[in-house]
Order: sequence, then C-alpha cells, then structure tokens
Amino acid sequence: MNPIYLILIFIVATLVGYFIIKNVPSLLHTPLMSGMNALSGITILGAVAAVGLSVLYEDQSIVVGQILGGLAVIAATVNVVGGFVVTHRMLKMFNKKKKGGNK
Amino acid sequence: MITPTIYIIICAVLSVLVLVGISMMSKVKTAVMGNFLSAASVFVGVLITLLYNDIISIASMYIYMLVGIIIGSTLALRVKMIQMPQLVALLNGVGGFASALVGILTLLKIGQTEQAYPIFSDVTAVLAIVIGMITLVGSLVAAGKLHKLLPQKPVIWKNHALILNFSLVLLTITIIYSAFVGKIISQPVDIAIILIVSIAISSLFGYAFSIRVGGADMPITISLLNSLSGVAGAIAGMAISDILLVSVGGIVGASGLFLTQIMCRSMNRSLMDILTGKTSVAGKKTTKTQAVTEPKKDEKAETKQTSTKDVLKNAKSVIIVPGYGMALAQAQHQVKMLANTFESKGAQVRYAIHPVAGRMPGHMNVLLAEADVSYEQLYEMDAINDDFKNTDLVVVIGANDVLNPAARDAEGTPIYGMPVLNVDQCPNVIICNYDMQPGYAGVENPLYHKEGVTMMLGDAKDSLAKLVEEL
Repeated sequence: MNPIYLILIFIVATLVGYFIIKNVPSLLHTPLMSGMNALSGITILGAVAAVGLSVLYEDQSIVVGQILGGLAVIAATVNVVGGFVVTHRMLKMFNKKKKGGNK
Repeated sequence: MITPTIYIIICAVLSVLVLVGISMMSKVKTAVMGNFLSAASVFVGVLITLLYNDIISIASMYIYMLVGIIIGSTLALRVKMIQMPQLVALLNGVGGFASALVGILTLLKIGQTEQAYPIFSDVTAVLAIVIGMITLVGSLVAAGKLHKLLPQKPVIWKNHALILNFSLVLLTITIIYSAFVGKIISQPVDIAIILIVSIAISSLFGYAFSIRVGGADMPITISLLNSLSGVAGAIAGMAISDILLVSVGGIVGASGLFLTQIMCRSMNRSLMDILTGKTSVAGKKTTKTQAVTEPKKDEKAETKQTSTKDVLKNAKSVIIVPGYGMALAQAQHQVKMLANTFESKGAQVRYAIHPVAGRMPGHMNVLLAEADVSYEQLYEMDAINDDFKNTDLVVVIGANDVLNPAARDAEGTPIYGMPVLNVDQCPNVIICNYDMQPGYAGVENPLYHKEGVTMMLGDAKDSLAKLVEEL
C-alpha cells in the first residue's frame, strides 16, 4: 500500500483518538489507560501474519521466524488478554458498587 | 478468499468499532460494554488477518496464542488491585516488545509479503524497533520502581543528559542508515549493524530515561509509555502495510498522549521538564529524608485526643482526602468503614481526589471503588476545592504533596505552582500519615504544624481504626 495512505490513516486516527478521549472523567482514567494498553497489543496482527507467512513461504529462515514471531505473538497476546481482563476487573468494581447503591 | 477491498472495508469497520468502544469507556454506565467491544474488535481483527493471509491452518500459531492467553489471564486475574500500576506498566512493555519484534522480522524480511516500497518499510521497521525497545525497557524500569525492585527515587548519572542526547543522535543516524540498506556495505552487514545498534541504544535510552523519573512523576511516565506503545504498534503497522494496526495504534498513541497532557497540566509541569529531568531537584532532598524510616509516634496527638473526639462527633460534613499512603497501607476498606460511621451519625461524607494522587491517573478511584465507595461521592479537585472552608472536618489518609500549601507560595520548590487541595482552609484537619517526612516532592509541609491539625502517625489502618473507635 502506498505509504502516503498509511501516514494519512495514522494522522486521521490520531486526531479522532485525541478528540474522542477529551471528555473522559478522571474517575475512569485508570481503566481507560489499561484499556488503551490492551489495544496497543494490536501488534498481534503483525506478529500473527509474520509467523503464518514465514511458514507459508517456506522461508529459509523459518526457524528464526518461528522463534522471533512466536515470541511476538506470545508477548502481544499477553498484552491484549491481560489488558482487557484487568480493565474488565476494574470496571466491574465500579458497577458492583452502583448496584449496591441502588439497594 | 477475502479480496483486498473487502479486507480494507472490514478494517475500517473494526477501527470505527474500536473508537466506539473507547468512547463508550468514557462513561461509567457503558464502560464495560465498551471494553468488550474493543476486545471483540481485536479478536475479529486477528481472525480476519488469519483468513486474509490464508494462514489459518498454521498450527504453531495457536500454541503461541494459547501460551499468551494463559500468561496474560493468570497475570490479570491474580494481581491485587494495589499492584495494578505495575501490571499496567508491565503489559505496556510487553506490547512494545511485540512491536519491536515485528519490526525486526520486517527488517530481516521474514514472513513478509513483497513490499512495494522497501525503503519506507525498512525505515518504519527500524523506527518500530527503536520505539518498541524504549517502551519495553522504560516500562520494565517503571514497573520495577513501582514494585520496589528498584529504588523509587530518581537515579541521576553523571552525564545523564549527554548520554540521552548522544543515544538520540545515534538512533537518528541508524534510522537514516536504514533508508540505504544494502547500499552502504552489503545487505546482511547493513542489517546486522542496524539491528545491533538500534536495539542496544534504544534499550539504553529507555533505561536512562525511565530511571531518572521519581515516584511522583510515575503516572505521567506510564501514561507516556502507554502512548509510545501505541505509536510503536502503528509504525510497525506501516512497516508491514497493515491498515488496522496503523489506525488502532494511532488512536492509542493519541489518547495516551492526551492523558499525559491532562496529568502534566494538573501537576503544573511541562512534559519537557519531566523528560529532561528538571524534577531531579526533588530527588536529592528525598534521599536525605528516606534514611529515617522509623515512624515517630507523635505525643501531641495523644494530648489533643479529647478535642479531636468532639470534632469527630460534631462534624456534619466531612471531606476525605486519600493519597498514595492509603494505597500502600491498603487502607481503603478502613476508609470506607470510617465513612460509614460518619454517615450513620448523619454526617455528609465526600472524597476529594487530586488528579495526581497515587501513582497512576485515577489510582484512588479504583481503590475506593474496590472498597465499595459510591462514585457519586468522589469529587475532582476543581469541583470540591471551594468547599473546604465550609467543611467541619477533613481527614487526610496518606496524602502529602497534593495538599501542601507550600505549592502556592514556596517559590523554587518542585511543587511550586501545582494546584493543591485547599485542605488548609478547613478549621479541623486530621492527617493519618505514616510519618512527618516530606512527600515525594521533598518539600516540607507547613500544614503539619498548623493549628487545628491533628497528626495521627503510623500505619493508616491502625489510625483509621482508632478514629472509628472514637466515634
């Protein structure tokens, strides 16, 4: 894909992200940060593609691809799964309390 | 199976879903759903990538993912709420590491489709390695500091600024070098040099940058690293032409930066000051005071007890100010108990949350939520600051710098100009701190010696239990 498009997408995403988060109450800063953190594990897409394609193309360097790519997939998965679960745990506490308040 | 057009459309839809998920997370009611939506989008993203590249049948992938899922969920489920900041930092670093690895693979041309723009791909790959490694090492240091594996005070080397600037220059040269892979010496040699230099120097940079940050600036550092890990992902996405990676990484990068800005503003510090280590003044002072660890039981507290008792009993409105000390002592449940006792006597209880109380943005909110404190009772600084003078009693639990009146007039100290809670305007204040030492900023707190202020030194849990008893 043309680099210009990629850079354009990056800029648009940056701007939209910037505006969307403007109104977040500080109460939610920590869950939000950890949610963002989970999303930064989106690199998993790149890692998955690299591992898969290195097998598919039967590269000479398939071993390196499996080791480095495998590490990347593991690391990214830890980031994504850990991040979302932690976020969920935090958010659940806010909600639990809300129900308690209604009683 | 999936044509490029369909793939691009799906990526666009998923990006929008991620955005919707994030915006849902900005309201308490929809936050849980928002989190699910983001998680689901990532899951679909992985699935689409597998299908699009026709690699869904590669078995080893699922083993790696399974390992990641097991490690990730164990970490996330086992960790205590108090350890949340270091876990977030750690996960952040791991994400950066993954981006760096993707960058390395791209540079080595392993598992890559033919790139139409090899120079762009090489340069962005090296950028991804650099930012990813900085994120990894920086986050590890931050997590180590938060977990007390490393000294919390800022560590400053002799030629700290020089080392940082020099590594920046070296990294810039490496990135420029990567535009000429195969044209300087030979392809393998060029790549080897670039890899070694970029990995080594960016690790050094991450370490040097993070080790200099003191405890009080940790929230800002974590938030900044969070933003960096998003940027690393986005750039890795540019290297491999993955639209979804670029857009989601960009969103994370921007919002992380914005959070960082919010925090800087509430501490009245510019990001540059923190990055260039201007806060180091504080470090030297804290080192001296940290030698004294023995909590001194203050006798004044004993003699004042009778009058304190009256104040406690007659208080009609109470503001509770929590700080990092509450997190350390894990006293949030005792705080809630105290609040309940006040409420059962008909007093109004509110919590004043300074934006940078604790070691992470919103740190106090999470802890209080764990103790079942209703978020309607939590007030941000601006919302409650004018009410301190009309309040009967303020109870401070393990907070110091965020209520230090010295921030208003003590020019030249690290906290000068930082907005603080107007605790000093309240006629009666009870401070449950571990000791009389200055807080992280290393500035003596004149409030401790003010009339109407009762110090209860020692473990916050015990102090709070005593207060509940007296009520």
